[in-house]
Amino acid sequence: MSAAAAEPGTVVAQARDLGRSFALHTPRTDRLLSGVAPRRIQAVEDVSFTISRGRTLGLVGESGCGKSTLGRLMVGLETPTAGSAWVGGLDVHATLAGPAGAARALRQRMQMIFQDPYASLDPRWRVGDIVAEPLLEQGVVAPAQAPERVAALLASVGLEGVDVRKFPHQFSGGQRQRISIARALATSPAFLVCDEPTSALDVSVQAQVLNLLLDVQRERALACLFISHNLVVVRYVADDVAVMYLGRLVELAPKAELFGAPRHPYTRMLLAAVPDLRGPQPGRAPVLGEVPVPLVPPPGCAFHPRCPHANERCRSERPELLAEGAVQVACHAVQEGRI
Amino acid sequence: MSAPLLEVRDLCVDFPTRHGTLRALDGVSFDIAAGEILGVVGESGAGKSLTGAAIIGLLEPPGRICGGQILFDGRRIDDLPREAMRLLRGKQIGAIFQDPLTSLNPLVPIGDQLVETLRTHLPLSAAQARERALELLRQTGLPAPEARLSQYPHEFSGGMRQRVVIALALAGEPRLIVADEPTTALDVATQAQIIRLLREVTQARGASVMLITHDMGIVAETCDRVAVMYAGRIVEIGPVRELIERPAHPYTAGLMAAVPSLSDAGARLAQIPGALPRLGDIPSGCAFHPRCPKASPRCVAERPELALVRRTRAACWWPIVAGPAA
Repeated sequence: MSAAAAEPGTVVAQARDLGRSFALHTPRTDRLLSGVAPRRIQAVEDVSFTISRGRTLGLVGESGCGKSTLGRLMVGLETPTAGSAWVGGLDVHATLAGPAGAARALRQRMQMIFQDPYASLDPRWRVGDIVAEPLLEQGVVAPAQAPERVAALLASVGLEGVDVRKFPHQFSGGQRQRISIARALATSPAFLVCDEPTSALDVSVQAQVLNLLLDVQRERALACLFISHNLVVVRYVADDVAVMYLGRLVELAPKAELFGAPRHPYTRMLLAAVPDLRGPQPGRAPVLGEVPVPLVPPPGCAFHPRCPHANERCRSERPELLAEGAVQVACHAVQEGRI
Repeated sequence: MSAPLLEVRDLCVDFPTRHGTLRALDGVSFDIAAGEILGVVGESGAGKSLTGAAIIGLLEPPGRICGGQILFDGRRIDDLPREAMRLLRGKQIGAIFQDPLTSLNPLVPIGDQLVETLRTHLPLSAAQARERALELLRQTGLPAPEARLSQYPHEFSGGMRQRVVIALALAGEPRLIVADEPTTALDVATQAQIIRLLREVTQARGASVMLITHDMGIVAETCDRVAVMYAGRIVEIGPVRELIERPAHPYTAGLMAAVPSLSDAGARLAQIPGALPRLGDIPSGCAFHPRCPKASPRCVAERPELALVRRTRAACWWPIVAGPAA
């Protein structure tokens, strides 16, 4: 694997001004009769970040902020409408659209784990076949060697040899997510996208799966994009955290900075809203408003209608994501020193 | 503490299936005092929603109550005829479910839904009911309620819908509200708003709440007491701070340790080995024994009953007696 040869600190995955918009369906009669222009919804806009070997970038935000679309863009499941995604020095979409050999080599190096372990495993396949498929499809091992590799992979996620003969329905949610992890690791990827991998699991099982993900990520020095709506979960697995609001990153910072000294008012609001078991119980800070419909994002800073620090500039001019030491934040109030 | 508003005594619920009868709830007993918020926590399949459904008389067939009693204000309600139960539900006991969309009729403007509910339970004229509906929506913090009355559920966001559902649940001036995962479908910021609202409106009315959730954080900041369920039984019940900081049952302790928190620096989460047993093969004795670090032969053979361990009651032969304050 070329990733294994790479130095620590090598950039494995990168987003460059990445954007994706979707056309909204407008009924044809409306278009013909009233000349309604087809509308577009901007799911992801102007997102840039890098993930180095052995590092995990946590991506948090509320439902509909575009975090899953961003994850899918990074592994080529969506095509960008602006910018580009890079994995292992290759432009993901150009490579996947190019010669089959190069596309296949790239696919081996990036994998994804999905939220719903009930939907992401084929119910009619045996577990052994599910895990062997990427091995054989990508030509990683000869068919004769596959069973041995499958057994090793299953063992590495805490499943047993006899499990290869079982079907997904014979496993609990947590065990199914282990199968998903084994399948994702089969081709020894360098880059792993986890999209809410524990959101469908109960707390005690969530802890098992998070610990397992941490272990495999460290052992294999994977570059990982970990998407979650749950800040507390992200705090356990991530090295850096990106906060997304209506398709744009509003803050990107090392974990200690983000949780210790959150800059953006939205990040502060999210943190204040987390119910905490062991902390003091003053009641959570009242949070104002809800995420607006992305179809008509507010002008200026998209967060201004909910922001206690918004002024005239915030309502008219969009703040850029600017670096301040290791922290990047997109907020006029922070940049002007008002908060 | 005054006489309990709700008493559940030794409640059992069965599900007859082709492969035999499954005992989904097995001897569940607890009280809720007037004005009290009781949290019911546990993992999926532990029986928390089923307990709530049995109380409001909405058990899905073929599930049925096969033992025990439910008393509301000293009166048995588990054997009420369907019509009497329907009137009690809504008037005396309000219900809030996880998905606000399934609680609202998609074809009826929310104002009409509120008016209908109000007039079913209270002797109000149409105009009075409309006035009352507006007031309820205002109390739940819905912006511009006059304009909202004529809108349909699909025109509302998830958080706003849940506010409407809370207004509906409050319409009959209930004395008990059974809220089953009321914030699970919502984002964390909206969740905080809804929990705060639920606490405020019930406090203002002196109503009791049974809050069913899998989120320990929400329980910690909302409830007075909490019951922890495992495999169809309550394994521990007690005051919320006590139960979180000094759990007596090893399952409670494991569950609390597994919850990620913003305020501890641990790099690794504590985990409970294994998974919740299926209803078809609940282990003998204490159902938690295969996953329990303290299991002994007695735990395999004999089922423990709830017994007072410091200030909580736990069903465990070897409760954690001297726990550190977490």
